[in-house]
Amino acid sequence: MIEVKGLSKRFGEVQVLTDISATFRKGLVNQIIGKSGSGKSVLAKCIVGLHRPEEGKVLYEGHSFHEMEPDEKREIRQRIGMLFQGSALFDSLTVIENVMFPLRMFATMAKSEMEDRAQTCLKRVNILEKDDLFPAELSGGMQKRVGIARAIAMNPQYLFCDEPNSGLDPQTSIVIDELIKEITDEFNTTTIVITHDMNSVMETGEHIIFIHDGRKWWEGSREELLNSDNEELNAFIFASALMRQVKAAMGGKS
Amino acid sequence: MSLFYHIGRYFLLLKETFSRPERLALYWKRTIEEMDLLGVKSLGIVALLSVFMGAVVTIQTKTNMDSPLLQAWIVGFAARQSTILEFSPTIISLILAGKVGSNIAAEIGSMRVKEQIDALDIMGVNSAGYLILPKIVASMLMNPFLVMISMFLSIFGGYLAGIGTGIVSGEDYLQGIQSNFIPYHVTYALIKTVVFAFIIATVSAYQGYYTVGGTREVGVSSTKAVVYSNVVILIANYILTQTLLI
Repeated sequence: MIEVKGLSKRFGEVQVLTDISATFRKGLVNQIIGKSGSGKSVLAKCIVGLHRPEEGKVLYEGHSFHEMEPDEKREIRQRIGMLFQGSALFDSLTVIENVMFPLRMFATMAKSEMEDRAQTCLKRVNILEKDDLFPAELSGGMQKRVGIARAIAMNPQYLFCDEPNSGLDPQTSIVIDELIKEITDEFNTTTIVITHDMNSVMETGEHIIFIHDGRKWWEGSREELLNSDNEELNAFIFASALMRQVKAAMGGKS
Repeated sequence: MSLFYHIGRYFLLLKETFSRPERLALYWKRTIEEMDLLGVKSLGIVALLSVFMGAVVTIQTKTNMDSPLLQAWIVGFAARQSTILEFSPTIISLILAGKVGSNIAAEIGSMRVKEQIDALDIMGVNSAGYLILPKIVASMLMNPFLVMISMFLSIFGGYLAGIGTGIVSGEDYLQGIQSNFIPYHVTYALIKTVVFAFIIATVSAYQGYYTVGGTREVGVSSTKAVVYSNVVILIANYILTQTLLI
């Protein structure tokens, strides 16, 4: 479980996050939703320790991340898997080398075992016979799947996905959403997905946090989301639904 | 941002870079790859520049010192001294700052804007150490070899230009390059080269590592890497010359 307590973050004079508190539960797909620029990616980067908040705490199983010694932080990070918006695969490494990378850095196992583990992860995300290709030779959806394979290589306790559906067609988006949900169930991870895709929220969201103007406006389950009377949240859902309809009518991505 | 902010951040980055590596074997493998990329692949441009540099130095020395009071071998002597003391260690380092420095800044900068450095950090990898340390070690190991090859080729280029144009005979040139040779001057040149290699790798890596934005900013970082490396090399050249030669 990850808890955020009173977290605030600013860049120079710009206040990006203000007094955010939330709990991300184990074994659930926790989603942080909000429109672009609302601060949801910054919140995720504060949680994984890429940004240091000015105020507040991030607790991993009750231990404050930003107050940990460097070795303890490193240990926590080795239990985190993250899928980036642009996949962030290493350009100079092949598919199999990308998935093996965290294993080669931290795991104490023979090279053949690492290869087996990487193969298992690639099979899990349905990437077959692409071992020797470089990321630039893969489609966007494949890159995301390899990103997931790399994220689960070390059996993570925490899985972060930053805009996993961005740039993907609707069918591939569904595949990625289902994969994230399956992996959450299979590995019993605390999964945090940052998204503004309401399809994804309705498909896989189990615990949802709505961020608006750098503040938490709403938190609850998918069922509660549909019955919410929060105006900003409803405006966001309505705008997302409307955009989907317009795009579908124009023959584009929904 | 102030100069002091950048100097402070540069030294903090160095501290991170030299902190304990996770897997020494992986760092060593990367160092070998970087030695090939930054060193071996620079051999062609270094060789070409050195031959022509030596040829031009010889011709200019002769045209500027054409006096019956000076002995003919002085041309070879002057060409050797200027090559060993200044042209090979400094000019070649400035050229490498352009070739290698821009490469380092562009590679690390691209990794930053594509979130690959964030990916390393989240995995718990010391991204500064993993990306920068092999480049520093590779540059500091390879550049002295490149400069020694440059010294030889530059003096050889001078010989070819001398006898090719007839401004100096082969015997006089060879006598000149052997006259009053002080081995310490080669040591001085190599000390400078190692320091310049460290400057090129670290200043360029600093520019790349803190790139913010997109592809345009990667280009800006790459340009800054070359400009700032050259400025720091010229300052260090003066300090080292005063410290080691006087």
